[in-house]
Amino acid sequence: MTTLEVPLHAIAHGRAGDKGNRSNISVVVYRPEAWNYLVDQVTADRILEVFRHKGATGCNRYELPNLGALNFVIDDALEGGVNGSLGIDGHGKTLSFLLLGEIMVRVPMECLPDGSPYL
Amino acid sequence: MNKVFIGCGAGFSGDRFDAAGPVVDTLSACDGPRYLIYEVLAERTLAIAQRLRRNDPEAGYSPYLDHYIEPILAKAKANDIRIVSNMGAANPLGAARRVLALAAEAGLTDLRVAVVTGDDLLAVHTVETIRELPTIEGIGLADREIVAANAYLGAQPIADALAIGVDVVLVGRTTDAALVLGPLIHEFGWAAGDWDRLAQGTMAGHLLECGGQVTGAYFADPGFKDVPDLAEVGFPIAEVDEAGDMVITKAAHTGGLVSRATVIEQALYEIHDPANYLTPDVVLDLSNISVEEIAPNRVRITGAKGTPPPPTLKATISIDGGWLGEGEITYAGPNALARAELAASVIRRRCQILGIQEPVRVDIFGAGAVHDNDMGSKRVQAKLPLDGEYRVRAAVRASVRKTAQQVSDEVLSLYCSGPAAGGGVRQYVTEHVSTASILIDRDDVLPHVHAREVFA
Repeated sequence: MTTLEVPLHAIAHGRAGDKGNRSNISVVVYRPEAWNYLVDQVTADRILEVFRHKGATGCNRYELPNLGALNFVIDDALEGGVNGSLGIDGHGKTLSFLLLGEIMVRVPMECLPDGSPYL
Repeated sequence: MNKVFIGCGAGFSGDRFDAAGPVVDTLSACDGPRYLIYEVLAERTLAIAQRLRRNDPEAGYSPYLDHYIEPILAKAKANDIRIVSNMGAANPLGAARRVLALAAEAGLTDLRVAVVTGDDLLAVHTVETIRELPTIEGIGLADREIVAANAYLGAQPIADALAIGVDVVLVGRTTDAALVLGPLIHEFGWAAGDWDRLAQGTMAGHLLECGGQVTGAYFADPGFKDVPDLAEVGFPIAEVDEAGDMVITKAAHTGGLVSRATVIEQALYEIHDPANYLTPDVVLDLSNISVEEIAPNRVRITGAKGTPPPPTLKATISIDGGWLGEGEITYAGPNALARAELAASVIRRRCQILGIQEPVRVDIFGAGAVHDNDMGSKRVQAKLPLDGEYRVRAAVRASVRKTAQQVSDEVLSLYCSGPAAGGGVRQYVTEHVSTASILIDRDDVLPHVHAREVFA
């Protein structure tokens, strides 16, 4: 089986939201074929590492197999959030794409949507 | 009765003023009770409204009320579309009087408006009592001036207001989902115990409350998630039946997209534990919902489960948050990154010379700033092209305006006293509100909640 190493962005989409200093980021596979690879490879520990430089202290992962989705809740990921962040994006609205870009996954080609720019 | 139709006209304070037009047109053709909600009350919006009311007792409702209501009021009334909104903000009574005035201007003589009050904790509790309540999130309250303190009410008071028979219901702080669940409770008579139905109604509210976020807006990613005609994105409409089963669709003859993917992204938005989303009405478990495309731009959602709500309500406490000072300047062309780095170090040194004690962050946009940290530690390790276009930004938070202005002014001074060819300076010095979330026993809030009609 041919596999590719691609950014998570190639097989999944997501959205970031905030509550205080906590970030909530969903990751949803485009194709059901990608679900098992997502669950196996995109662990809470790996996500926490992506946000460690911002001071993140913990990460919970919730699995929603019906939706092909993982929901990550990352503690202290927002350098204070809208209450205290000096950054331009205190809500962390852009962080879904930090995650989708930094996490690499190894998956079969079938996990990518037809016509994907990554193919 | 078959279905209740609920459309959304705005998903945040400042959302498109003309988005509700096509929603009203579509609702007018629906066969069943119709509602239009506007969710325009973020945590900070309420604190700002509270400040406005302090200066003018008749102010303190949404400053955009006229923009949202005036264009659609006559048509909504003519088509029995009832409006439910948190535009009341810090002054639902004032908002009701304003809507009645708009109705009079439009020649509507029989419009009826009700308000829900009782979310404002400062009206019934002392500041000392509020300070002692347990904080679950945000900053500590000790010694900070409390600007606003509002409990999140649930859907029942909205249903009570609708039972009066009014055309418009205005509230202050409720959960966003209550704007949708309230009409459903009113129409279907759902009660405590109907936990799964209340959960589905809350799910409907959660999907609608951010407006276009469920119809392709805040979703488009060209080449990956393409959305037709985003500039005219249609706002959502939920069709809900007595069992709580729902279809999410959107206004007719508009752009945008309702698909399994747009619904899933919004379903999980800011939900945290999907099996335990706490609201005053029900604890929502959406971990086993089914999301199914049944036709183009029509998605059915079933399977939300509910359990009884907790004995406490969440309240948002708003505290004086001091000042944020920012300044930005751009460097472009050959060696731009080196000039931007020099500008950043000049700003840091100048803040030292001026004796600024507060932490100052200096970003370089184009060099990964938005995903970086206060120290810019990712930028230091990155191998970036020296040539290009980079924008330097300095930011500070301070308790006094003067310090915020000083840091911002250090960016301005780079025009003549910084590296070569800096241009496009912009400065922002803004007053902020900080928030904390607390828990309060619902018995300390609900006895003060009232739904009542307001007369001109």
